[in-house]
Order: sequence, then structure tokens, then C-alpha cells
Amino acid sequence: MSFTIAATVEEAVEAMANGARPIAGGTDLVVGARHGKSALPDDLVAIDRLAELAEIGPGPGGHRVGALVTHAQLMIDPFIVENYTALADAAALVGSPSTRNVGTLGGNVMNASPAMDTGAPLLVFGATARVAGPGGERTVPLDELWTGPGTTSAAANELLIALNLPMPSDRCGSAYVRLEYRRAMEIAVVGAAAGVTLAEDGTVASASVALSAVAPTIVAVAGTDALNGLALADAAATAAELASDQASPISDLRASDSYRRHCVGVMAKRAVDAACRRAAGESISVPVNRALGIGAA
Amino acid sequence: MSESATPQNFDLEVNGISYPISADQGKNLLSVIREDVGLTGTKEGCDDCECGACMVLLDGQPVNSCSYLAVQAQGRTVTTIEGVMQGEEMHALQRNLLDEGGVQCGFCTPGMIMSAHALLDRNSNPTPEDVKIGLSGNLCRCTGYAKILAAVEKTAAE
Ligand SMILES: Cc1cc2nc3c(=O)[nH]c(=O)nc-3n(C[C@H](O)[C@H](O)[C@H](O)COP(=O)(O)OP(=O)(O)OC[C@H]3O[C@@H](n4cnc5c(N)ncnc54)[C@H](O)[C@@H]3O)c2cc1C
Ligand code: FES
Ligand code: FES
Repeated sequence: MSFTIAATVEEAVEAMANGARPIAGGTDLVVGARHGKSALPDDLVAIDRLAELAEIGPGPGGHRVGALVTHAQLMIDPFIVENYTALADAAALVGSPSTRNVGTLGGNVMNASPAMDTGAPLLVFGATARVAGPGGERTVPLDELWTGPGTTSAAANELLIALNLPMPSDRCGSAYVRLEYRRAMEIAVVGAAAGVTLAEDGTVASASVALSAVAPTIVAVAGTDALNGLALADAAATAAELASDQASPISDLRASDSYRRHCVGVMAKRAVDAACRRAAGESISVPVNRALGIGAA
Repeated sequence: MSESATPQNFDLEVNGISYPISADQGKNLLSVIREDVGLTGTKEGCDDCECGACMVLLDGQPVNSCSYLAVQAQGRTVTTIEGVMQGEEMHALQRNLLDEGGVQCGFCTPGMIMSAHALLDRNSNPTPEDVKIGLSGNLCRCTGYAKILAAVEKTAAE
């Protein structure tokens, strides 16, 4: 049994090479262990003091969000809200203020829940994960990182250090919408993120859509070039069809598979609609879920 | 890097006082505050990160102490409901909760106050919606919330 507090990334990687599990906010790890989901690992290395991983700033080919950036930071960071709005929409929906204060983007990504909220926005933006291991750093596309519910392709001794987000284009907008039964302390029944770039005439020039809680991992919707050239209403309807067709949801306590399949289409439609309107310069506050009145009051 | 075997020995700063703690590394902050530090104002409701009865401030921000490892709080400052009193004088949130009838059984009250405290610290002029969001991690089984929200809004307006 050991508990260490890493002062540098190197110390964290070394502890992980010796078998320790990283703990950031612990909102998945500790809550899961107390729940009996899986025992608390014997050896832990706290990474929450690595200040250099808690920053949002310029990065290779765009912007870099450190793994320790919290949901509370993301949802109000002016730069994220302006340029990667869907990520702010998602962060603002996580848990409650206390969950958002300690819960980190890196923990959300590495916990790899198919219902995680930041995943669909990150996929839509084409984000990549930067991980550090004993042999140095490497970059992993997110669709190669998530391999199944709770599993990633990162080795046990690899620390996620940041998410790299490509530069946003002109006239682009994004949104993340989730179906929830209540307004706090909820997880997505289903969710959808959309990123849209508009042509000068206001039609869709390019779009990407990704879905939460309808497959073993967060998934990108294929064939979104079908939205190109369409005006808002048609683009949103097309996205709804593609999303429902491509979803492979399960039935559980919270929703049946057919309800999830239907609703993920509705979420995709609303996400595309909000993303287009934001791209056109309309101000829709974060999170868009509140602006749309989703969830019981 | 600080390393030691179980039990973990560390100092925990609660309400401005540093306490030497010796506890299992899996022991939650709530149990250490109640059992080792001896301050029982912080309550255990669900022990599952759902109800907010265990809310304390860690470096000024709310955290569910039932689901946070005590050992991870070393080097940070913990504030509990006992740290909110100003000497013998009640904090405005405490006074207003009583005045507005926002306390019935009182079990949720310490957690509510800690969440409200953190909210008002970063937003001295919250909208009613801001107050609802600020308290969205706290359950109350008695009051129906309206009087609690009114007490927080009254405190902000003072
Ligand atoms: C009440 C409550 C409500 C919640 N609501 C939501 C919600 O609405 N939406 C949502 O998506 N999630 C939700 N969550 C889940 C959780 O809060 C988030 O996933 C959070 O972002 C996890 O971050 P953390 O720092 O607490 O992770 P931790 O628990 O510290 O870590 C999670 C996992 O990732 C690993 N890990 C952490 N950081 C790294 C790193 N840098 N490199 C490698 N591995 C790492 C850990 O070893 C662990 O396996 C909720 C949790 C609770 C308790
Ligand atoms: S006791 Fe911690 S949230 Fe309920
Ligand atoms: S007063 Fe009883 S739970 Fe709130």
C-alpha cells in the first residue's frame, strides 16, 4: 500500500511504472470504490498538484487543455466558451458544483465511460490525447484511445497530460445536448455534440456529430458530409436520421434501447440546430441544455 | 515525493488549525474530520456523493468529504461548518436560514451552508438560478427548498 503525491510529471510516470494508479479528483475512482464497483487500488499517486497540467493555452496546431483542468474551469473559461463551446456545455452539466470543482477533464477521458459528457465534444473537435510514459510522450487520436466501457488503449504506466484541440475555423459553432431526467447529479441518458462550419450563404459547409451513451464508447457519426450544402432545418433533420440509424444502444434501468435510439436523434438535431445558430453569431448561453429547457425544473 | 506505508501519517489543516492524523489511506475526509479531528458538524447522509450533507470547503471550494480521501487533502485547507461561525457570532447564512425557516431537522443545513458560502464567495450577486445551481448538489428532505433559497438570496442582498 502506498500513497504518494507527485510533484512532477516524471514522478507520476515513475510511480505508475511501479504499479501506482493516478488519482486526480477521485470522483470516479473513490466514488466507484466506495460503491463497491472496484476496490481502491493499493498504490495511488495523487496527480492533482501538477499545476502545469491544469492550464488552458496555445498548443501544437491549435490549443491545449491540460488533463487536470476541472469541469468548473472549462465551463467558464472565456476562450473555451468562445471557441469550443460544446466542451463548455458538457462540463457545465457534470454532477454538481462540487463534482465540477474536483472532477477533471483527464479523469473523465481516462475513465472512458460510454456516457461521459466531454467525450462527444472532444471527438467533434478532432481532439487528440497527449500521453506520457517511461519512453517519452505520444499522441493518440481519441477514437483509438477509447476501446470499450471503462477501457483505453493507454498502457497502465501512461499518464494523460493534455488534450490537443485543432484550431477552430471561421464561422464555426458547436453544441452539446444531453437527455437528462433531472438537472443536476445526473448522467446522460443519451447525448450528442455537433460542430458546424457555415458557408457564406448560411448553409452548412462541413459538420461533425458524435454521440454519448449509445455504444460501448463515444462514437462519431459517419457520413455527415450529407449535411453539406443544407440549410439549418434540413441539416438538423439529416443529423437526427444518421444518429438514430448508427446508434447501437442498450436497454437498462434508465431507458430502453428503442427510446435511446429515438432520443439520440432528437439530441443530434438540437445539437446541430444550436451549433448552426451559434456559428451564425447567435448567443446561446452555456449549457445549451438549460437554454432549451431540457430536464425537469 | 512523500511516501509512507499504511497507516498514513500526515497533517490536516481544518479551520486554520493543523491536526496530526494517522489514518488508513482509504479513509475518507468525512470520517477523519468527525472521528480524528473531532468536529461533528459535518454530516454523513448517503456516503455516496449524492446528498451533500458532508460538504466541506477544500481551498475554498466545495467538495463531498464522504468521497474524498483524507490523505489527499494534506497541504490544502479544509473549512467545515465549525469554521463558518465568526467567534460567538453566527454567519449571516446561519442567521438568515433560521430567520427564513430554512432549517427543520437541520441535517442538510451544514452542507447547504458550505455550498452557499462557496457560491457567495465567488458570486456576491447571484441570480435565483445561480443560487439553485450553487445548491444543486445538496438534498433537503424537509423544507421543500424555497426557504433555503430565500435565505441565501437574502444573505446575498445584505
Ligand atoms: C455525483 C457525481 C456526478 C457525476 N456526474 C457526471 C456527469 O454528469 N457527466 C460525466 O461525464 N461524469 C460525471 N461524473 C463522473 C466524474 O465526475 C467525471 O468522470 C470526472 O471528470 C472524473 O475526473 P476525476 O479527476 O475525478 O477522475 P478520477 O476519479 O481521479 O480518475 C478517474 C480514472 O481516470 C484515471 N486518471 C485520472 N487522471 C488521469 C490521467 N491524467 N492520466 C491517466 N489516467 C488518469 C484514474 O486512474 C481513474 O481510473 C460524476 C461523478 C459523481 C460522483
Ligand atoms: S454523505 Fe457525502 S454526499 Fe451524501
Ligand atoms: S432540514 Fe431536514 S433535510 Fe433539510
